[in-house]
Amino acid sequence: MGFRWDFAYEILPQMLWATLNTIIAAGVGYAIALVVGLFFLLGQRTPSKIVNVINRELVEFIRSTPLLIQLFFVYFVLPQFGIKLSAWLCGMITIGLHFGTYLSEVYRGALEGVSKTQWEACRALNFSTVYTYRRIVLPQAFPIAIPGMGNYLVGIFKDTPLLSTIGVAELFHAATAVGGYNYRYLEPYTMVGIIFLTLSIPAAMWVRNLEKRVNVAQGKIKR
Amino acid sequence: MSYFAFLTEHGPTLLLGTVTTIKVLVCSAILYVIISMIFGLMRLSKNPAIQGIATVYIEFFRGTSLLVQLFWVYYVLPFFGLSLEAFVAGVVALGMNFGAYGAEIVRAGILAVPKGQWEAAHALNFSPAKRIKRIIIPQIFPIILPPAANLTVELLKATALVALVTVVDLTFEAKQINSITWLSAQCFGTALLIYYIMARFALVPFLRWLEVIAARKVGR
Repeated sequence: MGFRWDFAYEILPQMLWATLNTIIAAGVGYAIALVVGLFFLLGQRTPSKIVNVINRELVEFIRSTPLLIQLFFVYFVLPQFGIKLSAWLCGMITIGLHFGTYLSEVYRGALEGVSKTQWEACRALNFSTVYTYRRIVLPQAFPIAIPGMGNYLVGIFKDTPLLSTIGVAELFHAATAVGGYNYRYLEPYTMVGIIFLTLSIPAAMWVRNLEKRVNVAQGKIKR
Repeated sequence: MSYFAFLTEHGPTLLLGTVTTIKVLVCSAILYVIISMIFGLMRLSKNPAIQGIATVYIEFFRGTSLLVQLFWVYYVLPFFGLSLEAFVAGVVALGMNFGAYGAEIVRAGILAVPKGQWEAAHALNFSPAKRIKRIIIPQIFPIILPPAANLTVELLKATALVALVTVVDLTFEAKQINSITWLSAQCFGTALLIYYIMARFALVPFLRWLEVIAARKVGR
């Protein structure tokens, strides 16, 4: 039993359509994660001690439990409380929450990467907090955060196949369906692998390139 | 049904699944450490062929999704006449995937050893193998252990995926109990808690302990 090219060619359009769904899922999940990360960051930096502790424990909990069970939890438990969400929505919320905790760490690292003297200088110049963030701190913190943010975009993209377990019709789901229908898994799963490679290697290279450019701009390494 | 009644009825099953999860974790952790050492060293080889093989391996396993690799090993390899048991397939896929990530950590660790150490070993006329084994490797542990600890916690989380290729681990049992009783909050909640306890109160302290020992060995 070798690789059947005619079969691969036959299912190619179906797979490519499903790839589009995968890309949408990754994009939407990432957008939610970016925003959720901001909220976790906010919880981390508020003066209230109680909020800090709760926030830290919540982040720790989400980070150290598997995404797969979190998906099941959201998908199966919410309906018991009368909240009926589609598989898509459940998947997006869970990915957003899970990777939001990681992104909040990226944000935190970036903010701490801005030298303390910058803050002191702003205080000395009598800038307001908002002005300090907007004009001095954030423009310097953002480049530091870019590589980490890029890495998690690729990470989310590679975790989207998990969504197939709750029935989101993305690439891996399509491959399993096609494979089950024709009782041939060799071609569909191999094609999924190849499609992932062709999308994620350029993305990873782009992130690495960004990282290098950021390092150059920050003066960490010489051109 | 109260939560206590749920635990007395289904707790033992979940614990049995936890034991399997720990087995998967230990086996794949051993495999991934070996693979990352080998490919991390290969990546630094001066021979372009060896270096190329390592680069292709690393890019391939980091570029595709773990779930895809797992299903490929379990469902596609039989087409080529290689049928693996679910447990073995799970361990192999996890070990190879995390080995690729670990290889990059090892590579960075070796590069972070001060150049003077290489030069001193050279000056003392150590053979290349001895240089690596006696001088460089012992020094990389304090450098690579913190990132490797993060990776190992990720590995614990990733072991949940082997349930999808029918390994009867904690996730599998939780799913099974859910489909019988429909007490989703209880069974998935308990599974989440068990994973959390394993990560936070067993695995992380153990890895911190290793870090302390490694730091002490090089006299820090």
